[in-house]
Amino acid sequence: MDVGTFLFSALYQFGDAFAFLVLSACGLAVIFGMMGVINLAHGEFIMCGAYVTVSAAHAGVPLPLAILIGALVSALVGAVVEVLVIRHLYSRPLDTIVATWGLSLIGTQGTLILLGSTMAGVGTPFGSFQVGDYSYSVYRLVLFAAAVTVLAGLYALFNWTRFGVMARATIQVPHMAAALGVDTRLVYSLTFALGAGLAGLAGGLYAPTMTLVPTMGTTFIMEAFVTVVVGGADVFLGTAPAAAVLAVVKATMTSWYGQLFGQIGLLLAVIVVIRVLPRGISGFLLRERA
Amino acid sequence: MTGKTMRGLRAAALTGTLLLSVAHSFTPAYAADPIKLGVLEDQSGDFAAATIGKVHAIQLAAEEINKAGGIDGRPLELVIYDTQSDNTRYQEFMRRVLQRDKVDAVFAGFSSASREAYRPIVNQFDGLAFYNNQYEGGVCDANMIVTGAVPEQQFSTLIPWMMEKYGKKVYTLAADYNFGQISAEWVRNIVKENGGEMVGEDFIPLGVSQFSQNIQNIQKAKPDFVVTLLVGTAQASYYEQAAAANVNLPMASSVNVGQGYEHKRFKPPSLKDMYVTTNYIEEVDTPASKAFFAKFKAKFPDEPYVNQEAENSYLAVYLYKQMVERAKSTKRDDLRKEIAKGDVCMDAPEGKVCLDPKSQHMSHTIYLAKVGADHSISFPKVWEDIKPYWLGEAGCDLTKSDPSAQYTPSNPPPKN
Repeated sequence: MDVGTFLFSALYQFGDAFAFLVLSACGLAVIFGMMGVINLAHGEFIMCGAYVTVSAAHAGVPLPLAILIGALVSALVGAVVEVLVIRHLYSRPLDTIVATWGLSLIGTQGTLILLGSTMAGVGTPFGSFQVGDYSYSVYRLVLFAAAVTVLAGLYALFNWTRFGVMARATIQVPHMAAALGVDTRLVYSLTFALGAGLAGLAGGLYAPTMTLVPTMGTTFIMEAFVTVVVGGADVFLGTAPAAAVLAVVKATMTSWYGQLFGQIGLLLAVIVVIRVLPRGISGFLLRERA
Repeated sequence: MTGKTMRGLRAAALTGTLLLSVAHSFTPAYAADPIKLGVLEDQSGDFAAATIGKVHAIQLAAEEINKAGGIDGRPLELVIYDTQSDNTRYQEFMRRVLQRDKVDAVFAGFSSASREAYRPIVNQFDGLAFYNNQYEGGVCDANMIVTGAVPEQQFSTLIPWMMEKYGKKVYTLAADYNFGQISAEWVRNIVKENGGEMVGEDFIPLGVSQFSQNIQNIQKAKPDFVVTLLVGTAQASYYEQAAAANVNLPMASSVNVGQGYEHKRFKPPSLKDMYVTTNYIEEVDTPASKAFFAKFKAKFPDEPYVNQEAENSYLAVYLYKQMVERAKSTKRDDLRKEIAKGDVCMDAPEGKVCLDPKSQHMSHTIYLAKVGADHSISFPKVWEDIKPYWLGEAGCDLTKSDPSAQYTPSNPPPKN
């Protein structure tokens, strides 16, 4: 095997792991990292996005549009959940764990009862390409591009738009923002819906590559929490470097010793980062060391 | 189902039986006591897709038996709990059905991890459990009756056939727990015995859904075919991802299609050239199979697929009926005396099956199912009356002693 093929395969594996970590985590980075709501129903928002995407695709909607519909429906569900449940629990973080866990159980079991134990998939689009001895799925590159786009979009949203400034202000000092005329309740709802929508987007993007079952969200949740915890509070400065570091650890360990060690490596990396940088990578980058 | 509705149902059933015994006051009261069957299967969680059909199959068989007069005149009553694909639930509910519900027999378990979780409890309370699932083999336990197929039935047919057709270089991709590890050991041994070569083995933790690295490993090793022993819905994502990366290798499996009906769930052609040895799937084209399938669909029209384990569960209820009626008792020791005679057989939807007295495992008709490019099923080969010979030959004889242990080819029963 020549050096070029090896480099490409290593880069591809890194990109694949990076995309999975970023996309599973970005919704949670908004809801947990930024807003501080420990959202155990994150996986169910992902599942919701995937199910809506596939249903839309089965109904004849082109896949990219179907993915967007999936994200929008998840955002809508997120907004409803915020108004009905989460809003009342911002000052009670431990209770949100129980509430969102309950939502997660309801989501999984409700889907099982209403839609059955599985759903037919849509198939992965775009086919494959060949580099050296290996053939790769083109769609995996699309996922990587989507991850980078989402990160760039989030950076732009929170730094360059009026909504972004208001959201950050509301979450940092809510009463001050309210005094300056910001409708903080609305901002909280919109921010939560944004997080839920991003989770739905991840579900929609991964739906063509995965088995569609009510429990599919759980395969994202470990990676999502790990990335957000390592990343810290800042959505962009946290998620991007955290996903990069963890993707290197995971891809390297998996290629050397197999999937089990990939997971062990991921968890060890988290333990080390939390010990050394208690506020995560973004805390370190922003000089907020405790 | 909650305990409350369960209690309600039980009360209703009791009232029903009471009315029945009043109506037929000439029958002795004890004869109308229901025979209770505990059913512990995953109706939610990661395994639900493959196992809800088992519960339905048991309900179908129970309904048929009750309509035809029950077991030896006694109605069959099901005590059903959802074990949620969770090993600790199996332990809780196994205690509950044996201690509180006092069932006569239990039908329980999908994953081998769950079976090994509940088996010590069955031993402790000296119960009788049916494991109606294909698995990695080797359980030599008088408290267990296994109606599912085992490796000597599924692999010693499948692997040599695949090696003859496609070549001698084999790659195994297996779930990383007792089922996958022991099955992979069987594959390794059979490949070696037939002069082949293992070019790679990968073990995947349960719940993993991303396979890019494994796909690359397989392409690097260049096998002639891949043995996929992947378990659970998360791991089933492999096929879609391998197809998208254009791996394009024939696959052989003992678990796919026959359990998780992946050929129905995925878009063609991701399962093209998948070969599976199974003792039943709904496509089996015999009159007995078609009749069973029609009955199943009549009672459960929304059933997505009637799989191997549904048929195992269905035949197990009838097998239990036969043993109880022959023994005129539901006591385990009386039933085992009937098993020891070696003629506990029946005509199941798959064909004739018999219970082996030494291991209390089942002989099967093994169908080689091939998945086509359009995900249609064909059967290039059928092996009739394949016996579960390994345990007996290795030295497990439950008619003489009960070690209550699980053995593997590298850890066979002790010779004495």
